[in-house]
Amino acid sequence: MIPAIVVFVYLAIVLYIGVFAFRRAKNREEAEDYFLAGRSLGPVVFLLSLFGTNMTAFAILGSSGHAFNNGIVTYGLMASSSGLVIPLTLLFIGTRVWALGKRYGFMTPVQMFRDRWECGHIGTVITVVQTALLVPYIIIGVIGGGTTLNVISGGRVPYWFGGAIVALVVMGYVFFGGMRGTSYVNTFQTILFMLFGTLAVIIIGSSMGGFRSAISALQASPATSALLTRERVSPLYFFSYTFIPLSSIAFPHIAIFCLTARKMAQFKKTVILYPLCILAVWLPCVFLGVMANRVTDSPEIHHKIEARRTLAAQGKQMPPEQRDEVRDEANGDDVLLIMLNRYAPLWLAGILGAGIMAAVMASDSQILALSTMFTEDIFAYYGGRRRFGERVQVQTGRLFIVIITIIAYAVALRAPATIFELAIQYAFSGFAALSPLLVAALFWRRSTKWGALAATLWTALAVIWVAVFQSHVPAPAPGQTTVCATLFGFEALARTPGGTAIFGFMPVVPMVVVSALLMIFVSLATRKPQETTLARYFPRERAALPADEERAARAA
Amino acid sequence: MKKTLLVVAVVALYVLHQDFWNWRTAYPLVFGFIPIGLFYQACFSVASALLMWLLVTFAWPGHLEREIEAQEREEGGDAR
Repeated sequence: MIPAIVVFVYLAIVLYIGVFAFRRAKNREEAEDYFLAGRSLGPVVFLLSLFGTNMTAFAILGSSGHAFNNGIVTYGLMASSSGLVIPLTLLFIGTRVWALGKRYGFMTPVQMFRDRWECGHIGTVITVVQTALLVPYIIIGVIGGGTTLNVISGGRVPYWFGGAIVALVVMGYVFFGGMRGTSYVNTFQTILFMLFGTLAVIIIGSSMGGFRSAISALQASPATSALLTRERVSPLYFFSYTFIPLSSIAFPHIAIFCLTARKMAQFKKTVILYPLCILAVWLPCVFLGVMANRVTDSPEIHHKIEARRTLAAQGKQMPPEQRDEVRDEANGDDVLLIMLNRYAPLWLAGILGAGIMAAVMASDSQILALSTMFTEDIFAYYGGRRRFGERVQVQTGRLFIVIITIIAYAVALRAPATIFELAIQYAFSGFAALSPLLVAALFWRRSTKWGALAATLWTALAVIWVAVFQSHVPAPAPGQTTVCATLFGFEALARTPGGTAIFGFMPVVPMVVVSALLMIFVSLATRKPQETTLARYFPRERAALPADEERAARAA
Repeated sequence: MKKTLLVVAVVALYVLHQDFWNWRTAYPLVFGFIPIGLFYQACFSVASALLMWLLVTFAWPGHLEREIEAQEREEGGDAR
């Protein structure tokens, strides 16, 4: 119970940071101050908070759980590709979003899209699709919080109560502190996790009798030797995963966060250090996830390994419902926590648990982003700010935070899928498919609102289709695929144990490619925005723009 | 020329991410316990950081920064 108490103390500290940020805010009733911390974040807070925002329950619990069942491939699949793609998007897209926000006062990506493509309701459609894709991500946070508290307390804190506590704390500091509070909390959480992640590897490693002997044992057993290679995934699947990090900059909370930097120079350290931060957090999680396969004296882990064996040996003959049940039993999302409980001293298990909780609670940024989007893209755009004033707008944002947290909690109590599946299959792929919108808006002057609408609707339909397909075609046993359609002898569409394969690729690949093609062809077929609008977005044209027109645009 | 080299470096690193030659083997074990596939990908993260340093040094979009600074000077304070 001591680790759980440490975690509760940690939650109290986090809540206090949110309230402290509220007190520190000078213009707390101004929208820009509440939603963007007054565009004033310094370099350290900007780096650590941005990184912390990307580190969710998926990254920590999901990665070690995935590594437990799939081996070292987990790091290459998601971490190292993220370490390349995310900093690139921050450098080439994030800096431009920041500059346009500073110049024209945008607070959300949709505000920029509306201005760039001279559209109104199409912006609303984009907001709705972004919201629908972001909500599952918030649910992950609540599920992760409930799971963490439940395991750390040895089952004494029930899942529903743990989830409620985490939801309340997150809601509390986002409600009071807005972007400033969220950034401070994320900074604190990132430092905590990075400090103690390495410590966890050392302590668990020495308690297990050293990693060398554990690795030798894993290598010697035919059942586990594949975990030390990448045999369990195909190269096409591995390649597909490099498309997933494109989602990062398209996530509204990341794009909005880019607007909070005081100076553009703050992107420099973030871009350079981001891959190293990924290395520091993911490598221990993945390595420990693989090592968990040696903790056979833990009844919980033993049960998971047995379930995995049953699935591999008899999965093909099982009815789909039973297969799903056994698959849930083999799920490794809590192996990191089980190892901490088993090997770390009580006080350290508590602090490490708090570190994991830190990552789990990264849903705060998404909640705040949804609130910003609702108040700026819907409330303010449709006349709310004009009629009721900025103070009411901020209060509406706070009310929205309460409502969205309650909804996320209610859904989390019923969510059947694992953390990993939820995150990957719905939110990440969907936002990756929306990334062509940002690229087109910033780099292609010929892009139009109709191209943006086509790409957005395609994304929404593709995500719905994947969800419907996977709910109708049960997942096969590990190592098997259910081929649903062929084309010229190739497997065009197949249900895999982990999801869906289209010509061997994950759905994210065709989703991104088709989204980009739609953006190109529909834009070419429709009328581009006026020259005066384009001139405000592209430097060469901007130089030719009369100074009074430029000033008028900024004032507007 | 500088721009081309940087584009080549980014594409080369992306291609190097697909290290199919380490696919089916855990050996050699680096430091006696890290499978080669995991060590390679960890080194890939370090290489990514080095590439980012190159990009920030040689491909930084400084014109955006200068525009905002000029705008701030023109307006005598905050950008907006």
